Amino acid sequence: MYDVIIIGAGVTGCSIARELSRYKLRTLVLEKGEDVCTGTSKANSAIVHAGYDAVPGTLKAKLNRLGNEMMGEVADDLDVPFSRIGSFVVCLKNDDPKKLQALYERGLANGIKGLEIITDIDRLHEMEPNLSDDVVSALYAPTAGIICPFLLTIAMAENAYTNGVEFRFNEEVSSVSKEDDGSYVVRTAAGVYNTRTVVNAAGVYADAIHNMVSAKKLHITARKGEYCLLDHTAGGHVKHTIFVLPNEFGKGILVSPTIHGNLLLGPTAVDVDDKEATNTTGAGLTEVNTKCFRGVKNIPTREVITSFAGLRAHEDGDDFVIGEPEDAAGFFDAAGIESPGLTSAPAIGRTLAGEIAEKLKAVKNENFNGRRKGILDPKKLTLEERNELIRKNPAYGTIICRCESVTEGEIIDAITRPLGAKSLDGVKRRVRAGMGRCQGGFCSPRVMDLLKKYRNVPMTDITKSGGKSQIVFGYSKRSEEV
Amino acid sequence: MKNCDLVIIGGGPAGLAAAVSAYDAGIRDILILERDNCLGGILNQCIHNGFGLHTFKEELTGPEYADRFIRQVLERKIEYRLSTMVMDITPDKIVTAMNREDGMFQLKARAVILAMGCRERPRGALNIPGFRPAGIFSAGTAQRLINIEGYMPGREVVILGSGDIGLIMARRMTLEGAKVKVVAEIMPYSGGLKRNIVQCLDDFGIPLKLSHTLVDIRGKERVEGVTIAQVDEHMKPIPGTEEDYSCDTVLLSVGLLPENELSKCAGVALNPVTRGAFVNDRLETSIDGVFACGNVLHVHDLVDYVSEEAASAGRHAAEYITSGEKKSDSAVPVRAVDGVRYTVPTTVDPKLCDEMVTVRFRVGKVFKNSFISVYLDDERIQHRKKQIMAPGEMEQVILPKKTLLARDGLKEITVRIEEA
Amino acid sequence: MVETKHLTCICCPMGCQISVDMEDGKVLKITGNTCKRGEIYAAKEVVSPTRVVTTTVKVDGGELPVVSVKTEKDIPKGKIFDVMSVVEEIHVKAPVAIGDVILPDVAGTGVNIVATKNIAKAG
Repeated sequence: MYDVIIIGAGVTGCSIARELSRYKLRTLVLEKGEDVCTGTSKANSAIVHAGYDAVPGTLKAKLNRLGNEMMGEVADDLDVPFSRIGSFVVCLKNDDPKKLQALYERGLANGIKGLEIITDIDRLHEMEPNLSDDVVSALYAPTAGIICPFLLTIAMAENAYTNGVEFRFNEEVSSVSKEDDGSYVVRTAAGVYNTRTVVNAAGVYADAIHNMVSAKKLHITARKGEYCLLDHTAGGHVKHTIFVLPNEFGKGILVSPTIHGNLLLGPTAVDVDDKEATNTTGAGLTEVNTKCFRGVKNIPTREVITSFAGLRAHEDGDDFVIGEPEDAAGFFDAAGIESPGLTSAPAIGRTLAGEIAEKLKAVKNENFNGRRKGILDPKKLTLEERNELIRKNPAYGTIICRCESVTEGEIIDAITRPLGAKSLDGVKRRVRAGMGRCQGGFCSPRVMDLLKKYRNVPMTDITKSGGKSQIVFGYSKRSEEV
Repeated sequence: MKNCDLVIIGGGPAGLAAAVSAYDAGIRDILILERDNCLGGILNQCIHNGFGLHTFKEELTGPEYADRFIRQVLERKIEYRLSTMVMDITPDKIVTAMNREDGMFQLKARAVILAMGCRERPRGALNIPGFRPAGIFSAGTAQRLINIEGYMPGREVVILGSGDIGLIMARRMTLEGAKVKVVAEIMPYSGGLKRNIVQCLDDFGIPLKLSHTLVDIRGKERVEGVTIAQVDEHMKPIPGTEEDYSCDTVLLSVGLLPENELSKCAGVALNPVTRGAFVNDRLETSIDGVFACGNVLHVHDLVDYVSEEAASAGRHAAEYITSGEKKSDSAVPVRAVDGVRYTVPTTVDPKLCDEMVTVRFRVGKVFKNSFISVYLDDERIQHRKKQIMAPGEMEQVILPKKTLLARDGLKEITVRIEEA
Repeated sequence: MVETKHLTCICCPMGCQISVDMEDGKVLKITGNTCKRGEIYAAKEVVSPTRVVTTTVKVDGGELPVVSVKTEKDIPKGKIFDVMSVVEEIHVKAPVAIGDVILPDVAGTGVNIVATKNIAKAG
């Protein structure tokens, strides 16, 4: 009997798992993907929002502010790159400046610090030289930041795991049912699990999971957001995250540096029926590539290296759904987690873990260690330190991914560490091999070799992202056994 | 820090030929830095034949062609380091490199030859909509998987782009038992060599659809199919022309990009058309003593021309090491106009140049029965008829030094295509 | 009746557009070629086309799993897949050197399969 089963290993589920590992509880995370961070958490704006956007009094408003405040410490504890670069919401010539003022006031109501409306154009252009010439004023939020959503999720999962949380991958939950004694049975194709409590962190499928146990139905719509990612050469085009004021043409496309030095453009917002529809569309990519210019000029869109789409879990009530439904004690929702879900993740984790621990009368885990050391990045070392490292482990002397300068040592670490990478995408999310301008053209055969060697599986079992995403079908010569 | 007369970045066909020619011009302190575990570069995976007709007067495969140059390097005992990645080059020619044995090390070079080659344009750079499943390969990656690693990356294949590697891989995968269903090319002409269209597509009945592109990729995990549509003159898909193909693999052969990240570190000025360095007739970049050749300078169609160009870079680097930077105020620009997309070099110095200067270029569209013309200021000095010129094939003109010198006050050289 | 066949010369990257006038299977006139090789190619291509086949062969105990090979000379175009199905079954032991005959007289063509790459022993 588990104390807690968490359904979903996205940033929300992993944050809850980590926070729960502060207590003596037997916790299991069930994930339908082959790795953590394979759904909404892997395809979003990678922004830590300041918190002026949400309607005061909502869970979004509260958890955004809390999450933003917690992020610095969480990132530090977990060795995850995070930077408070600040954000602008720009008001253009034909926009209504009252809307900017309203946003500012909403921010004040939400308790957001440091907000400022800047109308001094010279100062704005000094802070952000590539702002569009149509910009007349902007709401500046210095506490906004950028983070790597992959590494945040992975780090939270690794830390939860080393503190005793179990993870099972490739297990899609098919049913959750309540027993007479108040405990739950969670079924997947691979197993049947008994648990005292359940956490529903199933992203766009959180409504389906919720509706298995509660008569108070949820309804989640998958809202597609398409993005374009530009090469490092474009990474410095803006220094802050630039939003435009929503107008009659919609919410607008943000332009932001990423924590790894790329430039991100997006997202679109289109509701889709298919919750697996993470495909980009011609119309979506065109929208990103045209609307991005509203707030920022001269974006070198030809430096695009990849485009992707993510699905936000939009609940009909337009707010996060957190906690126990009235008719399902012991079942905890973390549903409707759309933007600012990434920012709020630490706060959602802490809030829910607290509630669950109280319910289960859990005691503190004395051995909990909240510090996690990330994969060593040799680029941060001095020449001498780097040479010392290579002497000890020559794998750090071989570059596998040219574009992002990723060494063999880092990739081996990514594969062999706790909850290590099992696929090309898993390696990519951990150490960025294949994330650069050639998009794995050169390094993917080599990363495949390393996966084969360190996971000790045949090449035909190496996948891009688990499941049926195998990369090679066998040997080219018939004489070889496959 | 160690000093070195000549550091050559890259041990592919360009780096090898440059090393040999610099050696033959008297330079002994040469170091080739190669990131792969063997010399020869991309030729090692180009197992098809057709290399070397100009250089060796015989048809060789890629590995055989590379071997000819590797042997010349070995015979001369030119030093090289394998599995060594160059991490940085500074404007004053300090090269930082790394490998397992030496760790990170720095060299102060008197001259540097950039010979890093090129990379393939990935799917992401094209904004092709659809899913991002396994089974989408750049043609060169598939080539490596099959020809070096011995794996089959797919069974039913659609190829986007008719660049040479794509055409070669259409045949290669067909020979290995795959079904190549179609090659779609967004341009109204192929980007590949004629012979490859004949030998790689026509021979096997593989259709080539010009003015077509991919508008959708299906399959969440592995590719399950694609949609191809015809494009209009603005290269926008025409609604109603969509055709679905089921396939498990998409190969992309949609262009090559010179790998100039290191050149940028060194402060080398790059030509936005070629994405390679601006060079003078001595193949010297905007930084004194830094030379460039091969596909890092501009993407070539034939390796023979790479070798020829690299030999010239090697010779001029040797000259620079021996006699220092040649200074003169007589350099004139070479202008590419009327159908000529670019030229390499972009300046020629009549006083300092070789007896014969080769100017290589590509045309921007297909020309039939047109003339390649060279003007010295307003006077046409060359007018050569070509039956056919296509963007996929490199062209060249040769300028005799004495003709250039004979013109007092020469201001510019112009290369243009004149239609009949 | 004179029949004109159009083909693209493959002897070199020039890709000359060659026209061959034929009557009763005999070549009357070849035009469009820019060199002698083109003429020879065209004359042959319209009557009995041939190709050099390049592929790979499995290597046992080598530092790479396959070695690139070619038919030493061109073979009849119609025999390409016969050659492939024979070559597919071969193993060679490392080391292999460029020019090594991997298989003599492949698929009854009288042409040898030779290695085009050096493969050292693994280790």
